[in-house]
Amino acid sequence: MTTVAAARLVAAREIKVKLRDKTFLFSTAFFLLIAVASTVLPALLDGGPSSVAVAGGSASTAGLQRAGLEVRTVASDADAERLVRDGDVDAAVVAGPRVLALDEIPSEVVDALSTAPPVQLLDPAPGNPFVQFIVPFALAFIFFITSFTFGLLIAQSVTEEKQTRIVEILVASVPVRALLAGKVAAMTLLAFAQIALIALVTFVGMRLADVETGVVNLIGPAIGWFLPFFVLGFIMLAALWAGVGALAARQEDLAGTSSPLQMAVMLPFFATIFLSDNAAAMKVLSYIPLSAPVAMPIRLFNDEAATWEPVVSLVLLALTAVALLAAGARLYEGSLLRTNGRTSFGTAWRSRSLVS
Amino acid sequence: MTEVLNVDAVSRSFGDRQVLKDVSFAVTAGRITGFVGANGAGKTTTMRIILGVLAADSGQVTWRGAALDRPTRQRFGYLPEERGLYPKMSVTDQIVYLGQLHGMSRDDARRRTAELLDRLGLAERADDHVEKLSLGNQQRVQVAAALVHDPEVLVLDEPFSGLDPLAVETVLAVLRERASAGAPVLFSSHQLELVERLCDDLVIIADGMIRAAGSRAELRASYAEPRYAIEVAADAGWLRDQPGVTLVDLDGPRAVFDLATGADDQEVLRAALARGPVRSFGPVQPSLTEIFREVAR
Repeated sequence: MTTVAAARLVAAREIKVKLRDKTFLFSTAFFLLIAVASTVLPALLDGGPSSVAVAGGSASTAGLQRAGLEVRTVASDADAERLVRDGDVDAAVVAGPRVLALDEIPSEVVDALSTAPPVQLLDPAPGNPFVQFIVPFALAFIFFITSFTFGLLIAQSVTEEKQTRIVEILVASVPVRALLAGKVAAMTLLAFAQIALIALVTFVGMRLADVETGVVNLIGPAIGWFLPFFVLGFIMLAALWAGVGALAARQEDLAGTSSPLQMAVMLPFFATIFLSDNAAAMKVLSYIPLSAPVAMPIRLFNDEAATWEPVVSLVLLALTAVALLAAGARLYEGSLLRTNGRTSFGTAWRSRSLVS
Repeated sequence: MTEVLNVDAVSRSFGDRQVLKDVSFAVTAGRITGFVGANGAGKTTTMRIILGVLAADSGQVTWRGAALDRPTRQRFGYLPEERGLYPKMSVTDQIVYLGQLHGMSRDDARRRTAELLDRLGLAERADDHVEKLSLGNQQRVQVAAALVHDPEVLVLDEPFSGLDPLAVETVLAVLRERASAGAPVLFSSHQLELVERLCDDLVIIADGMIRAAGSRAELRASYAEPRYAIEVAADAGWLRDQPGVTLVDLDGPRAVFDLATGADDQEVLRAALARGPVRSFGPVQPSLTEIFREVAR
């Protein structure tokens, strides 16, 4: 049997096991729920036009209706005031004209009754500020949480094989490289499927929620670039996750052996979140392979990057991925069969005890 | 030419400690070879090197005259000393998966798994997760995992530890079947009586060196001292004064004695008959335990 065929068998088993794992299924459902909630809910919560009560025959009725407000005509100013106090309407216009409201200035009503000077924005923001904030945050968060959880899944699966000792049977049957490749491929596929599903749900959600097309048009390319960046960014660390999994002899050791990798995933996340307003810093981050998968799509979303920039960054990422895959494989092979306690990084790196 | 798995001058060190020193022995096809040695003598290391899980520092292992490579080893069956299975996978899925890793098609693996589980008395546990099985049953699953692909060569590290007497018989029968189908079977065990009963050939290792190897009968003959047992009707105390006889054990009418080189055993028998009836008389075969004690010293 070829290494590829063996790797395919290993990958198929990993996927089958994960798809039956309740924890995995719940977490996927949870993410999808968040994606739906964050796109559809704001539209649902935005409870339609404000209502305003007006005493009969007031001259302001026409202006209020023109502004798209729901106007209720009542007999007297006293009735109008009672409706406001009871919470039946958001505001009332009484003689004067005076505007009554409970605890908040009803700006829509005030705007409808006043004349505003013409305003001209010289550098208009493309979307609303909420979207401006949430999209970069969501991209960073999704990358962080997905590469973290799926990375840890790789490590756990390796440690499980070591801890249960089945690894010796596996290594006696198939090349170590096939084991590693199968695991990395399976988890990458699952992680990518989860992200793609979230992206799809978000996209459909935005359509359903009638988000302005301008925003959708900006998010589209950002997500489009995010996917290849994500896959390479994940693969870059995947073999290292397997390596730290093999360093541990028991699941309890895993927290210790994987902490450098956890840092490598966490630091870029916080860096991109905190520096997202700093264009110069983001430019640097968008070329550093660890943070590029997040920083580059954010710059694209903010329309700050030239078209060639993501390509260069992607090439850098791919080269780093190749180097780190080799390093992870060496770590994995050097420690996989050392079942007596935690293996040190140096021992694993120097070890050459395996038959290839 | 007979088909032989040959371990040829294999050495291996871990750090400063040399655990195998020039280890050579042969496992012949169609025969069951017992691999005996104290804890830490080097049995597991040798088996790991045969399976390619560990590399030898020097020396090599050959099968049918050719050095082992991965495609050849893939047709080997291996039961490692440290048992392991996926705890959260069903018995069937697990064995089918391992069969596929050995290059079987899914259908073949399924068919063979069902047969084996039936044979090993696990048919009704086939869909249970391994972690729900008793240790003895997990052990049987492990044996099935080593056999699923009808291996050409079987290497089993302590296959009987943790098995109840009934399961031992079942596994024994399966191993004999594999041997008579033409596979060389190498297994290690601490249970010397079991080895004595089961194996055709023996390899004894101590401190990383092979101390004795050969067929069971040959080994017995070469380590047999000229020792005899006799049972007579009356007291056997007169043997003390018989020339050439050294008494080892005397218990009324029964006695065990060694004969000096050149002394004639028939002479002793005639002397006994002259004193009365003789119930039994014959040479004493050394047990494996005795040979082992002698060799491994």
